[in-house]
Amino acid sequence: MSGPAAKSAGTTEPKAAAASASPWRLAIEEFFASPVAVVGLVLLLGVVIIAVFAPWISPQNPYDLAQIDIMDGRQPPGTQSMEGLTFWLGSDDQGRDMLSAIFYGLRISLAVGVVSALVALALGTVMGMVAAFFGGWVDSLIMRIVDIQLSFPAILIALILIAVLGQGVDKVVIALITVQWAYYARTVRGTALVERRREYIEAATCLALSRPRILFRHLLPNCLPPLIVVATVQVAGAIALEATLSFLGLGLPITEPSLGLLIANGFEYLLSGKYWISFFPGIALLVTIVAINLVGDQLRDILNPRLKK
Amino acid sequence: MTVYLIRRLMQAGLVLAVMSVLVFLGVFAVGDPIEILISPEATQFEKEEARRALGLDLPLWQQYLVFLENAVQGDLGRSFVFNMPAIQVILMRFPATLELALVAMLWTVLFGVPLGLWAGLKPNSVSGKTIMAGSILGFSLPSFWVGLMLIMTFAVMLGWLPSTGRAEPVTMFGITSSLWTAKGWAHVMLPSVNLALGQIALVIRLTRAGVREAMLMDYVKFARAKGLTQRRVIGVHVMKNIMIPIVTVLGLELGSLIAFAVVTESIFAWPGMGKLIIDSINLLDRPIVVAYLMMTVFLVILINFAVDVLYSVLDPRVRLKDSGS
Repeated sequence: MSGPAAKSAGTTEPKAAAASASPWRLAIEEFFASPVAVVGLVLLLGVVIIAVFAPWISPQNPYDLAQIDIMDGRQPPGTQSMEGLTFWLGSDDQGRDMLSAIFYGLRISLAVGVVSALVALALGTVMGMVAAFFGGWVDSLIMRIVDIQLSFPAILIALILIAVLGQGVDKVVIALITVQWAYYARTVRGTALVERRREYIEAATCLALSRPRILFRHLLPNCLPPLIVVATVQVAGAIALEATLSFLGLGLPITEPSLGLLIANGFEYLLSGKYWISFFPGIALLVTIVAINLVGDQLRDILNPRLKK
Repeated sequence: MTVYLIRRLMQAGLVLAVMSVLVFLGVFAVGDPIEILISPEATQFEKEEARRALGLDLPLWQQYLVFLENAVQGDLGRSFVFNMPAIQVILMRFPATLELALVAMLWTVLFGVPLGLWAGLKPNSVSGKTIMAGSILGFSLPSFWVGLMLIMTFAVMLGWLPSTGRAEPVTMFGITSSLWTAKGWAHVMLPSVNLALGQIALVIRLTRAGVREAMLMDYVKFARAKGLTQRRVIGVHVMKNIMIPIVTVLGLELGSLIAFAVVTESIFAWPGMGKLIIDSINLLDRPIVVAYLMMTVFLVILINFAVDVLYSVLDPRVRLKDSGS
């Protein structure tokens, strides 16, 4: 399993800048050439805006007990609550407006996904660059750990960590970071190994620049394109895995209801035909993940010169 | 070859040893099972008595050594909840999980390979593009939500298939399985499809990439020039060459199917070991958690090892590259 991934990462090179326009500009123009990717980007922006502004745009605060009434429980979409609020997406068993609960859930799911992906990105990047730059036993050790970890299914590693660490937001984030860092480390190492032999690194070394400076100011920026692609896919993966863990009751606590927990709450009502409690949070999750993947797919096509003719 | 085998075997052993320490140490830190098992009214003396009976009063390293010594003999402790050997509790559930994983594997081969072949032969057709778009969905949809939607559609709305449980297993030709009856297949249908979707997407992508690459090769042109039918060129010449990576990945993914069965089993109340582990984590039934994790880790290592060895037998380039570096 390790062969093809390492190879494709290894041969990825930054796109040669065209003489006329800057490479960033070209990449942006190319991105907007695909209508599917633009739809993905628009959806993603919408999701992010909802997540960021959830407390201000939600019809009610679903976790303020003064605002919800258990008598409004399990109302189908479109009914009015006793206080005149319309439940556009129905209400759950506690009488919460599902639309508001989804907005808040998106906020938590996205936050957990993005934070864990960013920390994993930082950790994996440093490990991958150290492995590529120093080589020898450091490289062997780090990459062996990466190989071994990637040979286990992600959910199994997450289960071990949750069983070991217990439950809670911080523990879930730690589990997600542990699952993800190896992908970044492998990608960065592959790219860095190629970049390291280039003239600009030689030039920087001749100028007697310090090692950290060469690593982070010269090597790192040139390793970024494949990292960006991996990062988008990993954020989606992290959100899905967090939702899965929360659905199993092993993820976020009930006080931080992510989309996975909302779906789990509605599960028992699904069999009696009250589909909306599970269905709509699932759609929100789906839109988020698919939007990220659409954007990631297009980024991969743009940033991978092997697909260029 | 022997050197390669020994090296891989040592690596597998090391990983297993490290995992056993991690799992044991970690699970030890989760919580005190005594607080859960014994009624809160129990006196301090009764609690101490129970602690001693379960071996929880010993120092940590001693508990680990006892654990290791017993584990080597196939004894992973007694379940606090079932009051039975943990390994026995898990082995009782294992056939159900294996059955689910194997049926999912069947769907993966039955649908993944032909669809991937089609998409690879006609990459620019509408059908080919639809298959690829579908495979992106198969990858990115969280499997638990797909499971819920399957229940909603086929069990609640259409009422065609049962949503939960496994049919009573029947023994035939010495194999006990629920698949000998039509009712068994009805029950396994939704969970196995749910479990298989991600794998089908993966196999579609692999097959498509392999076919597209192989179709440009000289041997395909040669076979065509000989006047062979399209069916024979693809069915014999192309398939033979793309099957190695597909079979390898399928082998590796068996471990992942067994691990991901945790999710599917929880949704469909399938009485396998995946459902058991979730219950046991919540009940702090430490021996079961440890035994499940150790056994799944062992299975995954075993599968990886077997696939690696098989691969190096089939493809000498792998073996040569590895011993050269």
